[in-house]
Amino acid sequence: MIGNLIVIMISSALVSNVVLSQFLGLCPFLGVSKKVETAAGMGAAVIFVITIASLVASLIYKFVLSPLDLAYLQTIVFILVIAALVQFVEMFLKKSMPALYESLGVFLPLITTNCAVLGVALNNVQYGYGIIESVVNGFATAVGFTISIVILAGIRENLEFNDIPESFQGMPIVLVSAGLMAIAFFGFSGVI
Amino acid sequence: MKTNPVERLINGILKENPTFVLMLGMCPTLAVTTSATNGAGMGLTTTAVLMFSNMIISILRNFIPDRVRIPGYIVVIASLVTLVQFSLQAYLPALNDALGLYIPLIVVNCIILGRAESFASKNGPIISFFDGVGMGLGFTVALTILGGFRELLGAGTLFGMTVMPAAFQPISIFILAPGAFFVLSCLVAIQNKIKNRK
Repeated sequence: MIGNLIVIMISSALVSNVVLSQFLGLCPFLGVSKKVETAAGMGAAVIFVITIASLVASLIYKFVLSPLDLAYLQTIVFILVIAALVQFVEMFLKKSMPALYESLGVFLPLITTNCAVLGVALNNVQYGYGIIESVVNGFATAVGFTISIVILAGIRENLEFNDIPESFQGMPIVLVSAGLMAIAFFGFSGVI
Repeated sequence: MKTNPVERLINGILKENPTFVLMLGMCPTLAVTTSATNGAGMGLTTTAVLMFSNMIISILRNFIPDRVRIPGYIVVIASLVTLVQFSLQAYLPALNDALGLYIPLIVVNCIILGRAESFASKNGPIISFFDGVGMGLGFTVALTILGGFRELLGAGTLFGMTVMPAAFQPISIFILAPGAFFVLSCLVAIQNKIKNRK
C-alpha cells in the first residue's frame, strides 16, 4: 500500500510531470512565471486547491455518482465543485494572507480554468484510484506543477539580463526554456 | 455593428486567430498536436462545442442573472462537451482514444469561456453562432499546422501518409513533449518577425 503510494507520488510529480509531459496547466505556467515568489505562491495555491479538489471529487464520485449510475455527469459536477472550491480559497486568502492574495491577483480565479485541476480529478476516476490514492496523486501532481513553475521562473529571472534575438523575445524564448526543461525531465523516466 | 457572418468567420480565422494572436487554449494546442489528424480532430471537436455554446449562451443571455453568469456558462459548456464526448465514443472511437482526457478538458479551454463572455453575452444567437464557427476554424487551422509540422519532422508523414524521402531520419523528439514547445516557439517567433517588419 505505502509502496504503491510512493510510486504514484514519484510518477505524478516527476516522471509524468503535469506541465512538461501532459501539458496541463500551461496558462498559469506561462503567465505567472515571471518572478520566483509569485510562482511559488501560485504553486502553493494550486497544491491546496488540487489536493482538496481530488478529495472532494473522489468522495462525490464514490458515494454519489457511482451508486446512482450518474458517472456521465462527472465533467459537469467536477467543474462546479472546483469552481466553488476556488471561490472558497480566494475568500480564505483574502482574509488571512492579503499580501499573497494581492500578488496572485487575477490568476487565483483562473485556477478554475487551470486544466490541471479538472485533469487530475478525471484521471483519478479513469485510473480507478481510491480516495487515499486520489488525494496522494492530486498532491503529487500539484507538487510537480510547483517544481516546474518555480524552475521556469528562476530561468526567466536570469533570461532578463541576456541578449535574445528580437523575434524570440517574450513568449518564444519562454517556450524554448520550457522545451529544454521537458527534455531534462525525460531523465526521470528511468526512475520507475 | 458586427452583424456580418462572413466578417465573423474571417475575423476568427485570421485577424483574431485564437492560438497565434490571442494565445488562448494552450493546453490542447500542445498536447494533442502529435499529428495533423489529431490536431484537426481536436480543432473540429472544439468548433462543434464552441458554435453551439455561443448560440445557446446568446439565447440565454437575457435570462441568466449577471452575478451567476460564469457558473451558468460553464454548465452549458460542460453539458455540450459531455454530449460531444458520447457522440465521439459512438461514431469515431479511434479519435476518441487518441484525444482521450483532452476531450472532457475542452470545458476548461479558455477560448470557449472567453468567447461566451466577450461575444455571445452581448450579441444575437445567429451572429454568435458564426463567431463560434470562425473562432473554431481558426483554432482548427492553427492546430492542424502545428500538428502537421510535428508529424512531418517527427515521423516523416502528413495525415498518416509518408511524404518525406526514405533517406529521411524521423526526429522523434518532435512528437514527444519538448518538440511541442519548440515548434510553437518557432511559429510565434516567425509571427513576431513578420509583425516587426510591418
